[in-house]
Amino acid sequence: MSPFSILNIISIWVVPCLILLALIYAYFRGVKVFETFVEGAKEGFGMSVRLIPFLVGMMVAIGLFRDSGAMELITNMLTPLIRLIGIPAEVLPLAFMRPVSGSSALAITAEIMNTFGVDSLLGRMAATMQGSTDTTLFVLTVYFGAVGIKKTRYALAVGLLADLAGILAAVFVCNMFFA
Amino acid sequence: MVNLLWAGMIATAIIFAGVNGKMEVITPILFASAEKAVSIALSLISVMAFWLGIMKIIEKSGFIHVVIFFLKPLAYWLFPGIPRHHKAMNAMLMNMSANLLGMGNAATPFGIKAMEELQTLNSKPDTATDDMCTFLAINTASLTLIPTTVVALRAATGALNPGDIIGTTIIATFCSTSVAVLSDRIFRYYNRWKDKGTVLDKKTKKEVKKIRG
Repeated sequence: MSPFSILNIISIWVVPCLILLALIYAYFRGVKVFETFVEGAKEGFGMSVRLIPFLVGMMVAIGLFRDSGAMELITNMLTPLIRLIGIPAEVLPLAFMRPVSGSSALAITAEIMNTFGVDSLLGRMAATMQGSTDTTLFVLTVYFGAVGIKKTRYALAVGLLADLAGILAAVFVCNMFFA
Repeated sequence: MVNLLWAGMIATAIIFAGVNGKMEVITPILFASAEKAVSIALSLISVMAFWLGIMKIIEKSGFIHVVIFFLKPLAYWLFPGIPRHHKAMNAMLMNMSANLLGMGNAATPFGIKAMEELQTLNSKPDTATDDMCTFLAINTASLTLIPTTVVALRAATGALNPGDIIGTTIIATFCSTSVAVLSDRIFRYYNRWKDKGTVLDKKTKKEVKKIRG
């Protein structure tokens, strides 16, 4: 059995098993499971609705920036500089999109895999980048938006620094393991 | 910083489109993005409702102590300002467990719940607390052991061994998370006298009281 198939099985089983165990445990501890579930679920509704204004603001800005071609221009301008550090130009759009938009980043990753081959160095590098960083802007918008925080202090700076570290580490580690 | 970034992105896009004679694309993008934002929020309702329902059961039954046993020392070290048995700590631990297992759609509801609980400890409701920033830091760094989405994508595109990037991903994630935690601690240190000793005016005091119940 390959490590992947074991991992695959784990990732399929973990959620249902967690739910099953939680329900059995709670039931025998005398918790009114259904009433408790509904009580918690109610909170979920309000939280999601409160997010709408924050998401609209952020997604409009991201959509405009990406689809107007401004993003592409900045990426092209920075390419020579980035080459110096050793990041291949092909993964640069991904590096820029990763903190901004999760679905676009995933689309770029898929595109890199298709163009250069999923098992090529670039394909694996893109996959590692995608997996090791998160959509900083989305996380910030959703988490702070949910509670109405407007002054986010240094959180964005920390998030972007982490993304940068993740991207550089992905390039370095992949060059070491797969090149 | 968020204000600058937000305005900057929109302004750059509009000016860029104008200079390139593509101004007609702006309005459609605007409304398409806004619509996408609302549909994301709406699709979150189902996931949020379900997972928060399950979380309430996990919390009330005490099962939570089983789930989060191993993460506790890490969380106590990361969030020294949060009482150990506070609801915020429980939600943050659940969020971290979900992230580690690559259950992104389960991590978000727990994360939002954690923010709500952290907000009850906040004396200035419009400003992020130190602990909120730390919590955001580990979430933006995506602390994960199983990058489920990417492995699935690699499997779908015909990789020989879709899971072979898990090792490199764990190393890279470890780097990004370390940088996040470290830079957060540095910022925290240099901001330690700021935002403190603020005398709350009557109106803010009342609001804080209302929020804290």
